[in-house]
Amino acid sequence: MSSPEIGVGIGRGRRTPLDHQQPVEYRRVYVWELPVRIYHWINAVALVLLCATGYLIGAPTSPLYAAEAYQQYWFGWVRFLHFTAAFVYVFNFMARIYWGFVGNKYSHWTAFFPLKPAQRQEMVDVIKADVLETKLHGPISTGHNSLAGLIYFFTFLAFVFQTITGFALYSSMSSSWLPRMFVWIVPLMGGEFSVRFWHHLFLWFFVTFVVVHVYLAFYHDYIEGRGTVSSIIGGWKFEREKREK
Amino acid sequence: MSLSIWQSMQQKGYTRRDFFQFCAAAATVAGLGPSGVSQVASAFEKKEKPAVLWMHFQECTCCSESFLRASHPIVLDVLLDVLSLNYSETLMAASGFQAEKSLNDTIKNNKGKYIVLVEGAVPTGADGVYCMIGGKTAESILQTVARDAAAVVAWGSCASNGCVQAAKPNPTGATPIYKLIDKPVINVPGCPPIADVMMAVVTHLLVLGQVPALDNQNRPKEFYGRRVHDTCYRRPNYDAGLFVESFDDENARKGYCLYKMGCKGPVTYNACSVVKWNEGTSYPIQSGHGCIGCSETGFWDNGPIYQHLPSFPGFGVESTADKIGGLVGIATVAGVAAHAVVTNVRKRKVIAEVHEEDQPEV
Repeated sequence: MSSPEIGVGIGRGRRTPLDHQQPVEYRRVYVWELPVRIYHWINAVALVLLCATGYLIGAPTSPLYAAEAYQQYWFGWVRFLHFTAAFVYVFNFMARIYWGFVGNKYSHWTAFFPLKPAQRQEMVDVIKADVLETKLHGPISTGHNSLAGLIYFFTFLAFVFQTITGFALYSSMSSSWLPRMFVWIVPLMGGEFSVRFWHHLFLWFFVTFVVVHVYLAFYHDYIEGRGTVSSIIGGWKFEREKREK
Repeated sequence: MSLSIWQSMQQKGYTRRDFFQFCAAAATVAGLGPSGVSQVASAFEKKEKPAVLWMHFQECTCCSESFLRASHPIVLDVLLDVLSLNYSETLMAASGFQAEKSLNDTIKNNKGKYIVLVEGAVPTGADGVYCMIGGKTAESILQTVARDAAAVVAWGSCASNGCVQAAKPNPTGATPIYKLIDKPVINVPGCPPIADVMMAVVTHLLVLGQVPALDNQNRPKEFYGRRVHDTCYRRPNYDAGLFVESFDDENARKGYCLYKMGCKGPVTYNACSVVKWNEGTSYPIQSGHGCIGCSETGFWDNGPIYQHLPSFPGFGVESTADKIGGLVGIATVAGVAAHAVVTNVRKRKVIAEVHEEDQPEV
């Protein structure tokens, strides 16, 4: 017969640290609605494209298969991709802002600001869990935790900054109304030299953000085992069912 | 009673043909085209010669030098000849009290009608003692001459944005003139500005008696509306990704784009690549050297000439944003990796702690 320990009554079996066979009930929660997931992935693709092409614009490589300018348009394409991705990125972000007012509670704009004391307490708990790895038990947020939410808010500020400086730089090459709205930024920031510098510097903010963001998504999935990574594909997360005593 | 430009030319022995040649050239440099010639001729026949005050403050006189090398000698000749250039420290014969008198008389007799051309920044530090002429500070002279002027033009980067005098740490408190006077100032930046651009601005003021169309930094749109990069003949190499990697390499010989050599053409608004210098002979990029962005505000403080991105402030000359950013990126990856290692070393305990939560209540 099989080992008697397995599946022997709730709470009566021997508890070993890595015994994954504890019968625990989880409830499926629909956290990320379709528009949020679409936003996330469009944003992810656009961001990676923008970072890669942006870096190349700052430090171009020269694939010298051509000797004359008319034979290729390599750098032109890099810049074209950058500008196209930027427009996609901006309108996608605007759609997300709209969804922050009409979406479910996990995507609501209030999730991004620690306005309530409970949210602020959660920020402390998250630092203990994620950075110090000292307090790993206790209630876990189903949507963004409040620290993540606040950091996302800072990335939104960086989005806005990149949008403004990017369009300001683009305005000299465009007569369309959207970039033209930001012409005044250039003299304000002391010329295109410095606009370009700051726009370039923020590239590294996004690179750093992506590294930490992807790692933490995997970390939480690894530690908590309730579908953090897959939630942004299917929208579902799992919450431990509260048991009536 | 002042004479018109035509009357003045007649007195000097110019023929009607010379006059029309001048009008045609003036219409061209003012950007009016062939149909503008009659407009110019009519203005020059009737209008009184405008009095001009050419002020020199903190500067090197390169703007004057540039102006004298304009590629339309007849225009230059006539302008210098027929303008009532009543005051210019560099060119005037008078000196001392005579010069002062000429300045004061011009202001008194031409209230609201004379044109002020300013070369150089104005030092405001230590009550302006760093630049004094005839016992007066540059700022007080500027205020006096600008008050009743019909138009004020800032020649060059010094007057437009401070240039090298205003570069950090700006010990004399050099200030561009638009910050000191209430009147709108026409900024003609460049170190120096292109002679033909200067000529065109003056001609525009004289011919049409009005300020040319200006952009949001008060620069004439005609000449500062586009970047050097936009009309650069090496631009196709930029779009193709063909760059000079070091001076005198094969790519430099082929005339590829100087972007990686720190060319500031993509961030500089000027007409160099169209108008060119020295009678249309060449301009820096055509001579194989990148643009240094001399017509842009604060170009001295924007990092080394041979880097197209400025140095990261506070980290020395060689530290670009990419180096600092790359280090931050590497540090982040290292931190994340360390965290992952710690997590896995403590894996059993960590996961047990979390699973403890999962234990049902008894």
